[in-house]
Amino acid sequence: MTETSEPFSEETVLRFARGTRLQYDRVREQWFIQAPERAFIADPSAAEILQLIDGKRTLGTVTDKLLQKFSATRDVLVHDVLHMTRELADKQVLQVV
Amino acid sequence: MTAIPPPMSLLAEVTHRCPLQCPYCSNPLRLDPRTDELSTADWLRVLDEAAAMGVLQVHFSGGEPMARPDLPDLVRHAVSLGLYTNLITSGVLLNAKSLKALTDAGLDHVQLSFQDADTAEAERIGGMAGAQAKKLEAARLIKEDGLPLTLNFVIHRQNAARVPAMLNMAERLGARRVEIAHTQYYGWGLLNRDALLPSRAQLEETEHTVAAARARFGTRLAIDFVTPDYYADQPKPCMGGWGQRFLNIAPTGKVLPCHAAESIPGLTFPTVRESSLQDIWQNAPLFTLYRGTDWMPDPCRSCAFKEQDWGGCRCQALALTGDASATDPVCNQAPGHGVIKQAIANRPAVPPAFRYRRYGNGEITNGT
Ligand code: SF4
Ligand code: SF4
Repeated sequence: MTETSEPFSEETVLRFARGTRLQYDRVREQWFIQAPERAFIADPSAAEILQLIDGKRTLGTVTDKLLQKFSATRDVLVHDVLHMTRELADKQVLQVV
Repeated sequence: MTAIPPPMSLLAEVTHRCPLQCPYCSNPLRLDPRTDELSTADWLRVLDEAAAMGVLQVHFSGGEPMARPDLPDLVRHAVSLGLYTNLITSGVLLNAKSLKALTDAGLDHVQLSFQDADTAEAERIGGMAGAQAKKLEAARLIKEDGLPLTLNFVIHRQNAARVPAMLNMAERLGARRVEIAHTQYYGWGLLNRDALLPSRAQLEETEHTVAAARARFGTRLAIDFVTPDYYADQPKPCMGGWGQRFLNIAPTGKVLPCHAAESIPGLTFPTVRESSLQDIWQNAPLFTLYRGTDWMPDPCRSCAFKEQDWGGCRCQALALTGDASATDPVCNQAPGHGVIKQAIANRPAVPPAFRYRRYGNGEITNGT
């Protein structure tokens, strides 16, 4: 029996779990997610989303902020945000506040 | 601009001193004495150099890194440089005060090792009476603080039966990750191979247990499972490839591509006392020797997997074939693969006594 994780909604508020953070690596000129035992690359769109995760904003607000920067439709963007943050929560990078 | 991509991680073995004596310890057989250890100032400079060249994570290890009183200073400095800090500890020197010094310094994560889930067995394997209670208290303090905790168990024939209990223990102690890592057979592990190598049936049972636990834990508790490569067809990509992802610094300041590399004869080992980390990484013969695929003999040279496993472990090739540039004998295509089959076939029914990891204990030659 695998536990299935609840999908996130626009009301969800997230923060980085203790021991994980987003970090810009000046040597490689890339964003990384620093986590226990390894650092993994955050692709540019993940990095944009993660920079807005602060433990206060809802994912809806995060989406609205991104809309000001990108020319995607809100539907597409909100789907990406909810999906990517859910995945990172499953990897214990993000947690619900 | 650098020709060779920088390492991701630094394994800082700040001391070989340790109150435990695990017979599979990954330290070399000849342990560095305290008097030869790098000074605090040396380590601070090394951390500066590591961060500048692109290292992202520092793993403070040993021996028991908490045996060094300057550990919180090293952690604080690493944190100030933006490095991710991980403490790899046995936990026996950890108490509320020493933990607080580390968390105040900004420590990011702790990996705590246990020798077994059963107290008497754990203390027999680790060679330290009273260790288990100290470790359990360490886990409780780490959890109470809120630091993410990984438990590490090294698996072998004498504790494999208790993998289910180990997984329960990780859950009960509130760990976020647990490593169920079969012993790797070089250094002390090789010296004690007959006492440690599991049977194939034991290995398979651990695999089933882990698969079932993964389904049960879901995303709550991640399990990192490391197989014993003696029963694999192909070696592991040792250290993610020689001189590609990891730097290892021994207590005396020698810079190595992996913690066992000192066993390779006829090489000069670069040291941070004489050269910069960047220069060593880019140019030291020890690092360029087995980097990439040019050094490979056949069958690796013409193999489709050569950039997946990088021909396996150089130190294992050396220990088992006498030639560090041979294909890792763990590979079923390797000319030396017979020694692995033989080690499995000659595995004694009753495990012999451990040869414990102690200063001076690794220098006796193996008589059998
Ligand atoms: S493996 Fe055991 S003996 Fe070696 S450093 Fe770790 S706790 Fe100490
Ligand atoms: S032949 Fe060499 S590269 Fe191919 S699987 Fe074996 S060890 Fe790996």
